[in-house]
Amino acid sequence: MNPFNNRRYVVLGIFLTVSLIFLGRLFYIQVIDDSYKLSAKNQALRYVTQYPVRGLIYDRNNELLVYNEAAYDLMVIPKRIKRLDTLAFCNLLGITDSAFDEKIAKSTSYSRFKASVFEKQIPADEWATISEKLYKFSGFFGEKRTLRKYPKSAAAHVLGYISEATPGDLKKDSYYQKGDYVGKRGLEKEYEKRLRGVRGRKVLLVDVHNRAKGSYMNGKYDTLPIAGENLISTIDRELQMYGEQLMRNKRGSIVAIEPSTGEILSMVSSPGYDPNLLVGRPRSKNYKMLQANDSLNPLFNRSINAMYRPGSIFKLVESLVALDEGVITTETRFRCNRGIIGCHGSHTNDDLVPAIQHSCNPYFWNVFKRLVQRGKYSSIFKDAAYGLNLWQERVKKFGLGVQLKTDLPGLKKGNVPDVAFYNRWYGEYRWAFSTIYSVSIGEGEMLVVPIQMANLAATIANRGYFYEPHLIKSIGADSVKRPEFTIRNETEVDPEYFDPVIEAMYKVVNEDGGTARRARMDSIEVCGKTGTVQNEPWPDHSVFIAFAPRENPKIAIAVYVEYSDFGGTWAAPISSLMIEKYLTGEVKRPEKEKRILDAVFLDIYDGKKEQ
Amino acid sequence: MMERRSSRWSDIDWIIVSLYGILVLMGWFNIYAATFNEEHQSIFDISQLYGKQMLWIATSCFLAWVILMLDPRFFSRLAYPIYGFCIFLLIAVLVVGTEIKGAKSWFTFGGFSFQPSEIAKFGTSLALTFYLSTLGKRFSGLLTRLKAMLILILPAALILLQPDTGSVLVYASFIFVMYREGLSGNILLIGLGGAVLFVVALLLNTTTIELPYDIVLPGQTMMVVVIGLICLVLYAQFKKIKQVKWVILGSFLVITGYIFAVNYAFNNILQKHQQARINELLGIESDPTGAGYNVHQSMIAIGSGGGFGKGFLQGTQTKYDFVPEQSTDFIFCTVGEEWGFIGTFTVIFLFVYLLFRIIIVAERQRSKFSRIYGYCVASIFFFHLAINVGMTIGLAPVIGIPLPFFSYGGSSLWSFTILLFTFIKMDSERMHILR
Ligand SMILES: [Zn+2]
Repeated sequence: MNPFNNRRYVVLGIFLTVSLIFLGRLFYIQVIDDSYKLSAKNQALRYVTQYPVRGLIYDRNNELLVYNEAAYDLMVIPKRIKRLDTLAFCNLLGITDSAFDEKIAKSTSYSRFKASVFEKQIPADEWATISEKLYKFSGFFGEKRTLRKYPKSAAAHVLGYISEATPGDLKKDSYYQKGDYVGKRGLEKEYEKRLRGVRGRKVLLVDVHNRAKGSYMNGKYDTLPIAGENLISTIDRELQMYGEQLMRNKRGSIVAIEPSTGEILSMVSSPGYDPNLLVGRPRSKNYKMLQANDSLNPLFNRSINAMYRPGSIFKLVESLVALDEGVITTETRFRCNRGIIGCHGSHTNDDLVPAIQHSCNPYFWNVFKRLVQRGKYSSIFKDAAYGLNLWQERVKKFGLGVQLKTDLPGLKKGNVPDVAFYNRWYGEYRWAFSTIYSVSIGEGEMLVVPIQMANLAATIANRGYFYEPHLIKSIGADSVKRPEFTIRNETEVDPEYFDPVIEAMYKVVNEDGGTARRARMDSIEVCGKTGTVQNEPWPDHSVFIAFAPRENPKIAIAVYVEYSDFGGTWAAPISSLMIEKYLTGEVKRPEKEKRILDAVFLDIYDGKKEQ
Repeated sequence: MMERRSSRWSDIDWIIVSLYGILVLMGWFNIYAATFNEEHQSIFDISQLYGKQMLWIATSCFLAWVILMLDPRFFSRLAYPIYGFCIFLLIAVLVVGTEIKGAKSWFTFGGFSFQPSEIAKFGTSLALTFYLSTLGKRFSGLLTRLKAMLILILPAALILLQPDTGSVLVYASFIFVMYREGLSGNILLIGLGGAVLFVVALLLNTTTIELPYDIVLPGQTMMVVVIGLICLVLYAQFKKIKQVKWVILGSFLVITGYIFAVNYAFNNILQKHQQARINELLGIESDPTGAGYNVHQSMIAIGSGGGFGKGFLQGTQTKYDFVPEQSTDFIFCTVGEEWGFIGTFTVIFLFVYLLFRIIIVAERQRSKFSRIYGYCVASIFFFHLAINVGMTIGLAPVIGIPLPFFSYGGSSLWSFTILLFTFIKMDSERMHILR
C-alpha cells in the first residue's frame, strides 16, 4: 500500500472546499444580496460620460484667448429604436431621408447595442428645440460636449487646435476613449494633460423606452468630472492681433519677447487663419481647405518651424564672439575691399561700430577669418577645423543651432554648421575658411528660426543672457511656471562687449545713413539691426531684429518678411509699429501704418524677379 | 506477458465523456447568448463567434477520436519529445509571434491564430508524469525535486516572457500532483502560509502604526517587530531543545526576507494594472470605474441573474457590453445572468463531478503513469475553474485565463480536449497494462 494513497482525500477536500466557497458566494450575490439586482422589468444601466470642462487660456492681461461653448452630440443605440417616425425625426434635425439612412447604417455597422454618435456637435440653441421632442424617438439621446471658441481671431498657430482622438491616440494613452478630443497642435497639444481634466461618469437606470429613471444606487458609482486647469499665456492679445493685422497679405513671422523674463508677447505667423474655422461641424471642410492651400500653407507656424538664413543680423553674434575671443577689439579696422564679397554704401575703412552700422560685408569676412583661422596649426585645414569648433560652441550659447525649450511642440533648431557638418559635406580636412566664408555674413549654411532671432535680440538687450522663450506663465490654480523657464542661460560673453554692439544697433536706427531709419521714433530709443537675405531669383527676404527702449528694455522683437526685398524697408517699420503699440498702447503714426497694411507680398512668389 | 490488444469502446469511461459533452454544449450555447447578433440568428453562422466555436467543437471531437485510436504507449514514449516540441513552440512564439494586447502569445496564419501556451500544459503534464513515474516509491531527494521543478519552470519562464501571467500561474497547479506523489505536505502549508503573509504584507504596505511617544512605524516594520517578539517568546519557551535557536533565527530571517521580497516584487515586477487589481481585490483601493470595473460589472451581471436567471438570450448586462471580455474570460457572467443561481450551481456541480471522477478514475489505475497524468489533468482543470470563476465573483484577482469548455477560443478548447481524452484513452487501456 502506497503510504500517500490517503492524500487523494486531501486533494478532493481542497477541490470541494473551494467549490463550496464559490457556491456560497454565488448564493449570496445572486439570491440574498439585492444590491446587485436590477429591477425585473428589463431595466438596464446607461453610462453617461461626464465630460470635463477643458481648461481655458488667458492672455497676459487676463483677456480670454480660448473658452468653451456647450454643444451636443446626438447619440443613437440602433437596437433601441422603436417605431420611428422617420419623417418627423428628419424634419426635427433638418436632414434628408437619405442622410438619415446613411447615418443609421453607419451606427448599426459599428454596433447595434452600443451607443454611437448620430449627429455631432449640435450648437446649444439648436439643441434646445431638439431635446424637447426627443422623448418621442426612443433609441436617441444627447450627450453634452464642449467646443473650443475664440473670442477674437488671434494666435491660431500658438493655440493650436483639438480634434477627435485617432486610433493612434487611443493606443498611445489608455485614458482616451473613442470620441474624445485631443490637443493636436500648439499649446493645446503641449499642455494636453493639464488642459483635458478628468472624465466623470454617471450611471443611470433606464427603462425599456430608454428614459432615464434616476441614478443607479444613489450615485454610488458616479464620478464627477474634474475640470482641466486654466493657463495664463504670456501673449498680449492686443499686440498679437495688431501683429497679425500688420502681416496681412505678407508671408513671414513676428516674434516679440520680454527680455527680462523670456515671456513671448506675440508670435505671429502669416498667412494665418481664424481659429474659429477649426471648430464644430464645419471643421473638417475648413481643415481640408486650409490644408489644400499649399502655396501659402496657412497651418504652418513659421515662427518656430520656418528656417531662414539670418543674413546680416548674424554680424551681431560674430562681433560679440570675436570680441570675447579676443581676435578683434573695438578699434580693429578692416578695409572695405569689395573683391571677394560685395558691400554697399560709401565707407572704406571702418572700425567695429560703424562696420555694424553699415553692415560692412568685407569687415565681417575678416572677422570670421580671424575666428576660424587661429594659426594654431600649420595646416590651414586642421586650423580651420579647430577654429570653427570653438566658434560654433560660442554661437550655440546664443540659442542658435539648438532647440529652444519653448512650450510648443515641434520646434525646429536651425543650423549652425560645425566641423562634422562640413566634414560630411566636403570630407575631413578638405575645407578651410575660404570654403565656408559665406557664413560670416549669415548666408551659406546658417539657418535660424524666427523665434531664435527674437531670442537673440532679447539676449543682446539683456547684455549676455536669456530665459528660454515661453508662452505659458502660469498653470492652474497654483500658478505654476515650468521650472526650465526660470533658469538663466548665459552666453558667457563679457557684458562690456555688448556696449559697442548696442551702440551700433542704436545708430542703425537713429543716425543718418543707418539702414533702419524707418524704425526710428522720437519718443522711444529703438536699437536694431537689419538683414536682407538673398534669395535669387526671387525677391530678397527682409529681416529686422530690435529691442526697446535702449535702457531697461521691455520688448525684443524679430520680424521676417519673405520676398519683400530690403530689410530696412519693410521689416524695420513693422517692428517699430509693434514696439510703439506695446510700449505706448497705441500707434500715432497712421501714414506709416497704412503703408504697411497696404503692402502685398503674396503674388511675387509666383513670378520670378525681373533681372 | 499479456498480449496488447486494442481497447474496446466499452472500456472507455463514458461518465467523463458525457460530462465533457454536456459542458462543451453548455459552453457553446452560452457563447451564442453572450455574443448573439440579431442579424445572424443561426447558431451555425460561422461569421459569428458561436459559429466559429461550433467549428472548434467539431475539430475537437475529431481530435478526441484520433487520440482514442492511438497506440496507448504513444504518450509515455513520446512524453519528452512532445514536451520538447512545446518548448520549441514557446521559444518560436517569442520570435515570430503576433502581439495581441501587449503579449506575444499567438501564432497567426491568415485568419487563424493559435496560442502555444495552451498546448504547453499538455506537454508539461506528460513530461512531469513521465519523470515522476520513473522514480521509486518516494518522491524525495533534492536533485529529484529540482529536476521536477525544472520541467515546470522552463515553460513557465518562457510564458512569463510573453508575458502572460495567467498561463504562468497555471503551472502552480502541479503542486497537487507532486503532493499526491509524496512531496512533503508541508509544501501546501508553506504555500498557504506564504499566501497569507503575502496578503498581510501588502495590507500593511500602506498602513502606518502610531505608538505612544509619537513613534510612527510603517506597518511592515511593525510586522517584523511583532514576528521578532514572537520568535523571542518561542525561544524562551523552548530553549531547552537543541538547535532551536538556529531554527527560530532561520525562520525569522526567511520570513523577514520574504516580506520585503513581496514588497519589492509588488512595486517593481508587477505592472501598474496588476498592482491596481490586487489592491482592488484586497480592498486597499476601490475604484469601480478603473481597476475594479471589470469585476464590478461582472458581479452586477451575475447578481442580477437572481435565483432563476433572466432566461436564455435575455441577459442585458452581458448583451449591452457592460461586461468586458464577455465571450472569453468573463463568460461565466452570462451563465450567472441568464440562468441565475440554478445555472451557476449546475456548472460548478458538473465541474466538481468531473474533477472527482477524474481523481477516482486516476486512483483505479494500475499504471503509475496513468495515475499521475490523471492528477495533472484534474489539477489544471481545477486551477482554471478556481481562478476564472473566482475572478468573476471577486474572490480572485483579474487574471485572464479561460474557463474550460466555456470560454470562446480554439486553442484552449483543443488543449483541454487533448488533455482530457489522453487520460480517457489511458484509462481505457488499464486492464491491459501490467504493473
Ligand atoms: Zn563695407
